[in-house]
Amino acid sequence: MLDPTIRLHVVTGKGGTGKTTVAAALALALARDGGRVLLAEVEGRQGLAQVFGRAPLPYEATELARSGRGSVHGLAVEAKAALLEYLDVFYRLGRAGRTLERLGAIDFATTIAPGLRDVLLTGKVYDALRQRADGRRGDGPPAWDAVVLDAPPTGRIARFLNVNDALAGLARMGPIHGQAESIMEMLTSATTAVHVVTLLEDMPVQETCDAVAELARLRLPLGAVLVNQVRPALLTEADLADAAGSGLTAADVGPDLLAALEAAGVAIHGTGYEMIAALLDEAAQHARRVSGEREQAERLLDLEMPIVDLPQLPGVAEGMDVTALHALADVLVAVSRPAPSQPHPQPSPVTR
Amino acid sequence: MTGGVTGEVTGALAIDSLLDDPQLRVVVCTGSGGVGKTTSAAAIALRAAERGRTTVVLTIDPARRLAQSLGLAELDNTPRPVAGVDTTAGGSLAAMMLDMKRTFDEVVQAHSSPEKAQQILANPFYQSLSSSFAGTQEYMAMEKLGQLRAQTDPATGRPRWDLIVVDTPPSRSALDFLDAPDRLGSFLDSRFLRLLSAPAKAGSRAYVRVFSAMAGGLSGVMNRILGAQVLTDVQAFVAALDTMFGGFRQRAEQTYTMLAGRETAFLVVAAPEADAVREAAYFVERLRAEDMPLAGLVVNRVTGAGAVPLSAAEATRAADAAVSPAREVLLVHARRMHRHDAEARVMQRLSRLYPPVPAAVIPARPIDVTDLDSLRSIAADLAQGRPIPAAPAVV
Repeated sequence: MLDPTIRLHVVTGKGGTGKTTVAAALALALARDGGRVLLAEVEGRQGLAQVFGRAPLPYEATELARSGRGSVHGLAVEAKAALLEYLDVFYRLGRAGRTLERLGAIDFATTIAPGLRDVLLTGKVYDALRQRADGRRGDGPPAWDAVVLDAPPTGRIARFLNVNDALAGLARMGPIHGQAESIMEMLTSATTAVHVVTLLEDMPVQETCDAVAELARLRLPLGAVLVNQVRPALLTEADLADAAGSGLTAADVGPDLLAALEAAGVAIHGTGYEMIAALLDEAAQHARRVSGEREQAERLLDLEMPIVDLPQLPGVAEGMDVTALHALADVLVAVSRPAPSQPHPQPSPVTR
Repeated sequence: MTGGVTGEVTGALAIDSLLDDPQLRVVVCTGSGGVGKTTSAAAIALRAAERGRTTVVLTIDPARRLAQSLGLAELDNTPRPVAGVDTTAGGSLAAMMLDMKRTFDEVVQAHSSPEKAQQILANPFYQSLSSSFAGTQEYMAMEKLGQLRAQTDPATGRPRWDLIVVDTPPSRSALDFLDAPDRLGSFLDSRFLRLLSAPAKAGSRAYVRVFSAMAGGLSGVMNRILGAQVLTDVQAFVAALDTMFGGFRQRAEQTYTMLAGRETAFLVVAAPEADAVREAAYFVERLRAEDMPLAGLVVNRVTGAGAVPLSAAEATRAADAAVSPAREVLLVHARRMHRHDAEARVMQRLSRLYPPVPAAVIPARPIDVTDLDSLRSIAADLAQGRPIPAAPAVV
């Protein structure tokens, strides 16, 4: 997961799975040992500012957090700014760039022809990876030890990452062709890893499987499946089986429940039967949910990719804060440490 | 609209009176990804059909099992009747999945001569634009909506669809189609387009002179950036599209007018999570800024308080005093109540929207929605118009 030879971590996932949170935690984990990590978003949502509790990010790398001995810097990539910058840097189009803007060409490129947006966004990531610490060209140390990209969702990820292939096919020669090919080369090399964030629910898992198949077909290098918001089962295995069937009955558990409620000073209505029935019904729902989640976990095993479980943290519904991000980063650091050699290695509780 | 079907709570969404209103012809479900938009659209369409309306649901990218439950085995861009729908009230349900490329191809074919259409369809720039580039989906969803709205029954000459339910693509750009007429308009009137389309009309040598004269060496710059062959392809594409653009623009304007009118209802779909709630608030504000007919908010997968009047703190206290498995049963309830309380706090942002938006919350289900029965039960929950719960006091 934290392999230092990987310089670009692309994080995708179905909407609602928490890919921005996971991307942020991954960036913090990568920075722990003293790296400078760039965390980039490309969808204009200002999601990074939100998870770090910051004002909207400008179009330049801004330090978001210190992590261990390193630091994480955020960048909200914006297509229009990227295009003007690109024209300026590569073609020194100071004035002509403005002419293009006046003619509506910049608007055309970034809105009417929306695919060009993806070209510009991936281009900016490519530039960040090639940027040198001293700001010059050449072989100096890179400005960023790693780049984490909070990428478009699973439904769009293959198209997004492959846009330069489409472009290289369109522009069959010339500088754009060359640039598009270089970007594709970077994205398909062993220094890139595409991670997919999912929840243990049918639709996110289905989209994960579909996206992985599509990415593999395009020869884009796969990283890990990150299972977010994993909650431990509360009942024992035997009780889960009972609750899912009808083995956990009011006759068995009812007296204990009532005794506990009374001991806690809770007012019990009537015989308390309705309360017991409702609590047992919730336990049955819990058991069904757990068994559904296990089915989904099985499907993920078929992908034959490393799987990392990220625990659900308290208060996740209310949004993440930086403390929670660091806690998730701890989990990522823990699962990435090479396991000490043991005669009979035990599966760790968090990695499967 | 105020007052739910129960008549108890102001600010609740009354979906049935909305669906029963014969003036309503289009329901657009919008919201960020992963909030259950497609499921909501399917459930609403099913309910409308079973309440007597001839309904079609247009989905953009349904989850495989949901598609199967609607009988959509393939993506073929044509409405297919859904089996298993109760038609005793005189309604029916058809469903279709949007095929973006095919819709685009059909637009080209409908608006140009066969020869020209062939030219456009074979153009490499067109092929990329219509299939591989993001954003085209938003435009094509609206194009398809316009087409469905215009379809008539050949026997009666009356509209084929009494009600169209559509979900929007899963991205923040889902509302980009609202800008489509403006964008197309300013683009079509732009000098850039005229520059691009000039050469194919005037011949390439003349073009270089015209282009150079007009833009002061711009063509050289463009050639340097794009490569000459790209520019030629783009020019051929733009010139070929030129003839159909008028029709396209007119259609986009018609669709926009329809969306802004009384016959349409927008529903913003959300889930009780911080991100989804923030996005929902954005969608509400955006629709209001555009004067679009916002009918209400649907909040999916809300953890109910359950039938037990027992707070998280009480359940935890009782668990401490309990033996297994009573202890774990109480912890299950405590976890549920923690979640319920957190969600209620997150949803307050939606209660605070001003002016208030009628809302309905739909309880979470232990298993995923994969068949018509579960869609029906979701629709029934929606029709209850449960309001957003009040936030518990922070202890």
